[in-house]
Amino acid sequence: MSDTYRTADHGHLDRGTTLSFVFDGVRYTGHPGDTLASALLASGVHRVATGIKYGRPRGIMAAGVEEPNALVQIEAPFPEPMLTATTVELYDGLVARGLGGQGRLSDQPDPARYDTLHAHCDVLVVGAGPAGLTAALTAARSGARVVLADELPLPGGSLLGGAETLDGAPATAWATAVIDELAACPDVTVLSRTTAFGHYDDGLVLALEKRTDHLGAAAPAHVSRQRIWRIRARQVVYATGAYERPVAFDDNDRPGIMLAGSARTYLGRFGVLAGRRAVVFTTDDSAYRAALDLADAGMRIAAVIDARESVAAHLLAACAERGIEVRPGHVVTGTSGIDRISRAHVAPFADGALGERQGVDCDLLLVCGGWNPAVALFSQAGGPLVYDPEPGAFVPAGALPTVRTAGAARGTTTLAGCLADGVDAVADALAALERSVSPAPLPAVAATAPAAPGRVLWRVPSPQDTPDGSHQFVDLQRDALVTDVLRATGAGLRSVEHVKRYTTIGTAHDQGRTSGVMTSGIVAEALGVDIADLGTTRFRPPAVPVAFAAFAGRNRGELFDPVRVTALHPWHVEHGALFEDVGQWKRPWYYPREGESMDDAVQRECRAAREGVAMMDGSTLGKIDVQGPDAGVLLDRLYTNLMSTLKPGRIRYGVMCGVDGMAMDDGTVIRLAEEEFLLTTTTGNAARVLEWMEEWLQTEWPELRVHLTSVTEHWVTIPLVGPRSREVLASVAPGLDVGNDAFPFMSWRDTTVAGAAARVCRISFSGELAYEINVPAWDGLAVWRALYTAGAPFGLTTYGTETMHVLRAEKAYPIIGQDTDGTVTPQDLGMSWVVSRKKADFMGKRSFARPENQRTDRKELVALLPADERRLLPEGAQIIATSTVPAPPVPMLGHITSSYRSDALGRTFALALVRSGTRRIGETLYVPLDGETVPVTVSEPVLFDKEGARRDG
Amino acid sequence: MQLIECPWCGAREEAEFHYGGQAHVAHPEDPHALDDEQWARYVFFRDNPKGPFAERWAHAAGCRRWFNALRDTVTHEFLAVYRVGDPPPPVPGTAPATHRTAPGAQPRQGQEATS
Amino acid sequence: MTVETPVRSSPLDGWQNTFDRLPESLAIREIPFLTQLSLRVEPGSPAARAVEDALGIALPGPSRADMSGEVKALWLGPDEWLLVAPPDQGHDLVTRLRAAIGDAFATVTDVSAQRTTLALSGHLTREVLARGCAIDLDPRVTPVGSCLTTLLAQAGVTLVVRGVAASSAWLLVRSSFAGYLASWLVDACTEYRGDV
Repeated sequence: MSDTYRTADHGHLDRGTTLSFVFDGVRYTGHPGDTLASALLASGVHRVATGIKYGRPRGIMAAGVEEPNALVQIEAPFPEPMLTATTVELYDGLVARGLGGQGRLSDQPDPARYDTLHAHCDVLVVGAGPAGLTAALTAARSGARVVLADELPLPGGSLLGGAETLDGAPATAWATAVIDELAACPDVTVLSRTTAFGHYDDGLVLALEKRTDHLGAAAPAHVSRQRIWRIRARQVVYATGAYERPVAFDDNDRPGIMLAGSARTYLGRFGVLAGRRAVVFTTDDSAYRAALDLADAGMRIAAVIDARESVAAHLLAACAERGIEVRPGHVVTGTSGIDRISRAHVAPFADGALGERQGVDCDLLLVCGGWNPAVALFSQAGGPLVYDPEPGAFVPAGALPTVRTAGAARGTTTLAGCLADGVDAVADALAALERSVSPAPLPAVAATAPAAPGRVLWRVPSPQDTPDGSHQFVDLQRDALVTDVLRATGAGLRSVEHVKRYTTIGTAHDQGRTSGVMTSGIVAEALGVDIADLGTTRFRPPAVPVAFAAFAGRNRGELFDPVRVTALHPWHVEHGALFEDVGQWKRPWYYPREGESMDDAVQRECRAAREGVAMMDGSTLGKIDVQGPDAGVLLDRLYTNLMSTLKPGRIRYGVMCGVDGMAMDDGTVIRLAEEEFLLTTTTGNAARVLEWMEEWLQTEWPELRVHLTSVTEHWVTIPLVGPRSREVLASVAPGLDVGNDAFPFMSWRDTTVAGAAARVCRISFSGELAYEINVPAWDGLAVWRALYTAGAPFGLTTYGTETMHVLRAEKAYPIIGQDTDGTVTPQDLGMSWVVSRKKADFMGKRSFARPENQRTDRKELVALLPADERRLLPEGAQIIATSTVPAPPVPMLGHITSSYRSDALGRTFALALVRSGTRRIGETLYVPLDGETVPVTVSEPVLFDKEGARRDG
Repeated sequence: MQLIECPWCGAREEAEFHYGGQAHVAHPEDPHALDDEQWARYVFFRDNPKGPFAERWAHAAGCRRWFNALRDTVTHEFLAVYRVGDPPPPVPGTAPATHRTAPGAQPRQGQEATS
Repeated sequence: MTVETPVRSSPLDGWQNTFDRLPESLAIREIPFLTQLSLRVEPGSPAARAVEDALGIALPGPSRADMSGEVKALWLGPDEWLLVAPPDQGHDLVTRLRAAIGDAFATVTDVSAQRTTLALSGHLTREVLARGCAIDLDPRVTPVGSCLTTLLAQAGVTLVVRGVAASSAWLLVRSSFAGYLASWLVDACTEYRGDV
């Protein structure tokens, strides 16, 4: 049954090759060059889907992206929902079925590759029809860098569907010759199967190239299936053509009702006759081209129904020659048929009144209500549109400085005009770029009579026996009727944007290409306003459906988000670490041994640090080198405490606040030399702190002679922690006097550790005797291994971030960003000691004096001890004063910021920000959780080694 | 993806830049000379005009330099970019852009403080 | 106990085998352990001239690199250059430059291990870079000697154009991002490799 509607010699097909496919369970064949839609029509299949709301049969109405009906679900080779049959190139083995509006996403991962490529050009031409081709050729011959993108696999655009000649030969031969010349230019990129879908700022146009879709299962797996081109163009010419629009009449949705130009395309491009006996209903001259070409190819044209009172003599003559009856002043008022149209109802139409109806039998009704220039991308670019009553369409009102239109997209209707338009548009574009122009020669066009004016007709009134508009479909995909539009205006809606949202017209995959302007027209008539004042709804990208996979491109799996690792990462992986994401970093979380739970592993790691020796990878800490004569001045302004008095060789802890006085970051500051400091930041804040410091330095204090340099990744940083850390260090740093007097707390030494030049700092984030060993990153792995070996006799244990958190929380060392949230001052953290009283000013100081920050009921950091020592409270839990939850609004006292199980304390504990927390020490408060309230005792924040006796070992 | 003209590196995609809020809001020379309201104005209040707005931007993924830009908040168009320390260029079609001066602020370029 | 100089490891240790399997039209090689110094100095100042005299080169202007000598200078910002030299010269070079600068204001910081260097060559170099770099690499726009600090995919890089039409280039990348960038580059070559 395949190919029964195929002509003998039309079309651009490889007829020698047969492709087999299955649609709705039935096997058909087609040829390379077919779309799924053309292959179905060649087999006589019109009904391909069912209306989403009313369940009515739906057919193929168009031949391109404007198709409102023929949505299909691809089942094989890979499931993909919501494609239009008119844009799916046929391939062997395709299995598809029609969709009633909604598809089904695959539940399997898509194995295909998708990618992105940046391109740059002087002139981007979108569309390879007659205007686009002369535009691109002019640009290329003028020496410009050109990208030409076209959605079809073959060049020619509208020429593919017609029978025009250029220079006395088929127009498609001219198109092929132009493309061949363009493809040979080194500065021209020709992209076929590529649809521009979005115009963004500064000449950025995004286009989707379907690279291997047409190969089906034969697509090579290593080639990207689809590619998003990011084309940065200095000038853009949209030669995107025009979309034919229908006229609304009763039962205008039956299969077999098709746009007239689309039927001509099915003949010219695919050699398909969409029916045996057609009625043509038109409001302008263009449909006669379709009628005549189809008649010449063997289709019976039962009648041409022309809404205009008179028809040009040459058209009447051409029709008469072929025995085609023409009925001027008539309209189609309705149709009959179930799965396929069987009859068109025709009536005279004058002064807004219908005459007596008569049925005309047909299996195809071709409709032409005029043409809408394809202005979506021009409009996205900010191009103004104006209503032109002559074609009855919204057309570009001139050009933008960098964006132009040409050909049918500009409202030009003749072939000769389109060809000339392309040259003119690019000449303007090149002039804007101050480049000279070498115009492409215009091929000779066969003389045609000028077109007579069309009649603007949005809809035909319903005959009196049906409620007006209740069977007239505006948006066929959304099953939205004329009555829906009238209900919207009846409800008081006056803007087409509001009508769009009320009716959902134009919100489907086709972006209302066949329904949008019609809606404006119907609204204008209903409200009695000028459509020119009403305008269109706004065009937004993407202009065609684009799969999320294409947008994601290669940013999937391991490339989804950069994974940052330290130089020690391979060791952590080898030793079974589980990782925690800290920003983009992967940090060892804990190192479970065989059979250990997380709790087991963390308790073991904590015990090692408190009783023996343990080490971790601290390399992710931000590190900033601060160098110059005014380094101390800058740090004094940015830290709350005094840094300029620090002596070389010594270390000081510091807090940075914002101008609002809220703690922003903390870390240690090392004085390397008189004019050089090294400061550390928290892992997640490294880039932000450097940018913040640079902002003050560059914008407010450019007179300071100081430079900031990130050295975060130059160093591997290894905290070596625990009572026996001194012995381990001594064994790998023979040149270092590790004695407490020679190397006191908060000092640093340059030395050699395991053969590598190292800087060792005596600082502690656990309260234990601890060292921080810094070596150039490339020596890190070797030094880490050496420490691991040297520490083995002492039971050295590696620990991760979880243990680090437990150890620091036992000492109430806050984590900025976890225990704080941008509303917490150093004083709230119990760290008044870090706020200088000597300095006249520093960042945040003035804000400390604000009344809000002087309140006695501020939230302060305290520890909470659950009455049940095994109860681990969730971080983020709220705190109240009463054992029963009072009626809302519940007075909240604060929330838990950190919560852990402590090996050293033999119990759970939490840190919390609690209103007037330090004055509540000893009180019992409550944490409401899942219907119960858990009693907790407020405690001094430091729970372990309150005297600080352990840091010297 | 908008292009922003870095005064040093030329046009780059906006993803390379960080926004820094209103420009020309000088840090007060002596914050402690301000009363609480004046200080709060400096810390918390910024202009939010419809139209040209002088802003700070940082070329974060490029040369790491902070610079100023005059941007139209309606169209997002960058009307001008200029280096820190340079005066803001005149807004096309209007009177020269004015420094917004926090109470008590002492802008370096010699303008008088407003309080 | 005796200690030996430790064996260094680079951020892309273990990647060379993977790089070697790439098509000939894109060769990737890590050049590890290069000496890299951050130089901050006001261009044209006495300190800048002292540095230039000490190195025997002129500090290149915006978005340019001087790759001619043993010590290469890459422009990173209006008063910032990355000096790149063969391995193990960091200490000597810092000492030499600080001596030359004397009391003038300029700073030199050893950042050798902060970044690693990838050398890319072959005629696919430009296209592979164009998959993730938004800057126009046309030789008329970005000639040999261009030095651009920008984003390549989602990683910050300094890109030095070494061959005509970006037929060869250096990519300097922060050590922690090197693995991501290597994965990205190798994945970008999938299409040319012919396997999956």
